Parts: sequence; structure tokens; C-alpha cells
Amino acid sequence: MKLNFQVEGGNFAKAGVASSEVKKVLKKLGVPPMIIRRIVVALYEAEVNIVAHAQQGIISVDLHHDKVEIELRDKGPGIGDISQAMQEGFSTASEEVRAMGFGAGMGLPNIKKNADELNIESKVGEGTTVHITNYFAKP
Amino acid sequence: MNQSNQLELHHAIKIDADKCRACTHCLQVCPTEAIRIRNGKATIIPGRCVDCGECHRACPYQAFYVEQDDLSRIFDYKYRVALFPAVFVSQFPENISEEQIYSVLKQIGFTHTCEVEQPISVLIDSIKDFAQNEYDSESPIISSFCPATVRLIQVKYPALTEHLVLRNAPHDLAAWYVRQRLAEEGIDPSDAGIFYITPCAAKIAAVKSPVGEKKSIVDGIINMSEIYNQVMAKATGVTGNFHSCDCRNEISREGILWSLPEGEKAAFDGKSLSVDGMHNVIRILERLEDGDLQDIDFLELRACEEGCAGGIMMTSNRFLTADRQHKRAEKFPEAKSSAGMEELAEKLRIASVQPRPMVHLDTDMEKAFAKMEKARSIMCHLPGIDCGACGAPSCLALAEDMVRHEARMTDCIYIQQLWQKEGKISAEKAFRNLEKRWGENRFDVDCSKRGAKNDNGFGLMNEGEDADLY
Repeated sequence: MKLNFQVEGGNFAKAGVASSEVKKVLKKLGVPPMIIRRIVVALYEAEVNIVAHAQQGIISVDLHHDKVEIELRDKGPGIGDISQAMQEGFSTASEEVRAMGFGAGMGLPNIKKNADELNIESKVGEGTTVHITNYFAKP
Repeated sequence: MNQSNQLELHHAIKIDADKCRACTHCLQVCPTEAIRIRNGKATIIPGRCVDCGECHRACPYQAFYVEQDDLSRIFDYKYRVALFPAVFVSQFPENISEEQIYSVLKQIGFTHTCEVEQPISVLIDSIKDFAQNEYDSESPIISSFCPATVRLIQVKYPALTEHLVLRNAPHDLAAWYVRQRLAEEGIDPSDAGIFYITPCAAKIAAVKSPVGEKKSIVDGIINMSEIYNQVMAKATGVTGNFHSCDCRNEISREGILWSLPEGEKAAFDGKSLSVDGMHNVIRILERLEDGDLQDIDFLELRACEEGCAGGIMMTSNRFLTADRQHKRAEKFPEAKSSAGMEELAEKLRIASVQPRPMVHLDTDMEKAFAKMEKARSIMCHLPGIDCGACGAPSCLALAEDMVRHEARMTDCIYIQQLWQKEGKISAEKAFRNLEKRWGENRFDVDCSKRGAKNDNGFGLMNEGEDADLY
């Protein structure tokens, strides 16, 4: 089962719409609550990242019987040094974004903490693609 | 899985089938989609109901009521304690004094009177102790004061149950305190009955079927609206010796304000939020689930707007009540230290609150997947206007009921119309389907319905009724 969402860069009022929808579906499927929580926290962070940094993005959520695969593809500035971006506290967010309570540099580390598998590909000046996979039962 | 067969839980909210006209107002407001119209009457799916009372508020026909114990039951006991929250006192207009209120309670038959949110410092210190020494998960901790929000979290936000403060609500604190006091007076515990006068249905559920909460030591529940009427009728006639509240020395400013918005928040340092009103509570819990509130230390949640001042069994306007409560609080001292009350503090501990997720389509995940895919295809055919004429709160809820085999395609009046046009169903059959869902008398001319010629809504009389009282 596939769910696709468009994400508008810079529109913080809509940040979280995709994670909310995915959350509802996972609850109806009876995925264990603590596993849903990890998925949603990771997805929400990644969704907010698109809103905060990119011009636009697409989130594709692929639900399987045993796992969820999420792809977040954006058109944006890209990440120059991914390993640096993975460090806690590192942030390139603008002052305006920080003033809204985002951009504390916890985004990517938090995604990593909550994702079972994480893969980030990025090209500076073009955009970033994030793959998150989480399993519904502990392997 | 049949929703109606799920775990029997005690619910204080009931439906009077004679009064229910299946007008669907309740369908739309229920935060857990727990209501369905069956055979022309609203019914509650027990496993989903959180006793918040939104349906009670929305019903134009007073068809929802809150069960209570018979007031005469207090006379089963030699000593009869009225335990009431501060909002009870604040409801009354300024010309009725506290002493008059206490006196009427004694006139009704109570031998002791005590305010619920006392001695509050025991609870405050106990919650602080929980936050510092017991809680080791991510912040924030969530107040367990409001039983409707505790149940909402169990059912709709199960992953958040671990944030709940594992401490009893104030009514049990006060009940234990009263028990201690009575023992000091030399009263045999079996001779004393403690009756809790409640502002809401959720508190009744908390007493009758506790979750995490220990079995309550309250012996009975009385609805606040009933006592309100008695006090209003008798207060001004009370003369002579006024009785004062037996626990009056314990009453504190913090205790009086505890059940109002920011009442708990005021007791805690750090960053805390006070959220009242069911829809606001839902929004904040959604954000918390997204992992978005980690800089908050304490989350105070109240299902009712203006906290307990807005309880469904409150008679007075919630804002006037809250205003009077703030003014009253100023007249009382700050809470005394809880030193020496360790035994009482021990009673406040409760077991962890278990998640009770009720929104899944099937207990087997693979089957749930299949059902969801089926529901999504059904949705392609439904009109998507959420009219409620099928008896479910939304088209999606109907589709999900269908895949659970609890509803049929023809429950949708639009589908029926279309199928008639396409010759798939006879007009006769379609009409019978509607009668099944909405009751056989649904299509009779009825001039007593709201806004009709002989509207006999609350307080109004039928044209034919005898208007002469004497």
C-alpha cells in the first residue's frame, strides 16, 4: 500500500501533515504503539527538514506487512557533508527557522536514532533523498 | 473483530433510548468515534468511549445522562462524608455563603463535609518525587488528574501512556485523608461511607473501573447537578448554627485552584503547558506523538474547557465559576507542608497505565492490511460528505465498519439511491433498509421534533398537553 504526499518548502503550517496521516494508518493496522512512535518521530523530523530547507519535496510511504519504507525526495540546497550534518547540534538553519523552534541541529541525529535503517543521498544545489525503513516487529 | 464485544468497561455515560432521536449531533463530536446509530438510536461502543461527555454536551434532547448512586444510599452508613471538589462551592452565586452550602449538605444527611483537593501539598510533593526519582523516559510527564484524558491516551495515543504521572487523583487523596481523620475520631471505618460529589462522568468511571488507579476507596458517587439544585432550594432558608467544613483548616489556595487550567502547572518549576478542552488536548497529544514537545517538562491536560469548572455536571457558567474560584482562593493561605503525611503519600502511588489501543481494524496485522485496502477501495464509492445518515460518524468510519462486517454498502443513502437508479435494488427494499437503520417510525409525521409545530424540546409542551397546573 502506497501513500504519497507533497511537501511545500517554507510552509510550516503544513509541516506534519504526512506524519499525521501515516500515524493514523499505522494505528489502524495495529502496528505496536512504540514502533509507530519511532516511525512517526523519524518521519516528522524528515518532513520538517524539507519544509525548513528545501523548495519542495515528495514523501512516498510504502507499507508492507512487516515494514514501512519511506522515501523523502526534495529539491533543495542539498547537504555538503552528510557525516557533519549527522552530528548533534550541527545546523545550517536560518535565524527565522530557528525562531520558530526548529533548526536545533537535532533533526538528522534524531531520525537516525528512530530509524531502523537510514540512507541519505544528496547533491549540493540539487536536493536530498532520505530513505527510512522501520520494521513492525523487532528482528 | 466485533467492536461491541470488546472488553466490558464501566461507563458512566448512558443513553435514554426514549429521548434519543438519532439526530447524529453526538456522532460528529465524539473524539474516539465511539458512537453509532443502530435501529434509530445512538449506541456507544464501550471499548472506545473515554467518558469525556462531549456527546452529553452536544445532545439537543438530553438523551445522554450520567448514572449515579441513589442519594438515599448514604443512609446505609452511620457516618456519611460528602467529598466535593472546590468547583462545587464556586458554582454558587455570591449571595450564598460557604457556610450555607456546608449547612445544606448536613441538612441533606451528611455528617461530615470535606473538600477534595486537600491536603494538596501531599500530591504536589508526590508528583515532584515521581518526576525526579521515578520517571526515566523522555519528557514531558503528563498529568493523570483528568480521567477522560488518561483514557483518551490509552485508547488513541497508546504510546504516550508511559508519560503519565503514576499518582492518584485528588478525590482518592482526600478520601484517604478523611479515613485517617475519622480513625482519629475513633470511628470504625466500616461505619463510614464516603460519597464523592462529581462534576463529570469520567471521575465516575475512574472510581468504578479504575485504570492504573487503585480500587477507589470512595463508597458512592453523587452527581453535582443534583446536589446543586438541593443547595439552591434550601440554602437561603438555612438559619441558626452554620456548619463549617470539617477539613477547613486544610483548605489552601493551591488546592482550590488545582482543578482549573494552570492549577497544576503553577506547582511545578520548569517549562509546563496547561491545555484544556478536548480538541486542544487532541492537538497537543498529536504533536507530542510526533516527538515535537521534548522541551516541555510537564503537561497538564483537561478534557473540559476551563477544567473542572466546565464539567458536564456543572450548572453554573464555567467562566463565572472559574472567576469566583480565583477570588475565593485569594482568601485562603498557601498549602502547608506535607511533612508528616508520608503514609498518605504512599497511598497515592498507582500502577502503570496500560495502553488500550482500540482503533485498529484487526488484531492480526496481515488481516488489518487487507481490511484497510478494502476500506480504501470502498471509500472510492462513498460520497465523502460525512453526513451521518448511515449511522457512522464519517464515510471512512462507515467503510471501516463495513470491513469489520458491522455495516453494509446500502447503509449509505447515496449508494442506495444510485443502486436504485441502476436497477440493482428495488425502491421497496431501499426503503426497508432505511427503516432498519433509523427505526420504523422514522418516517411518520412527527410534530414534536425540534423546530416542528409542536416542538416539545426541553421545557416546551405539546399543543395537546394540559397547560393548567392547578
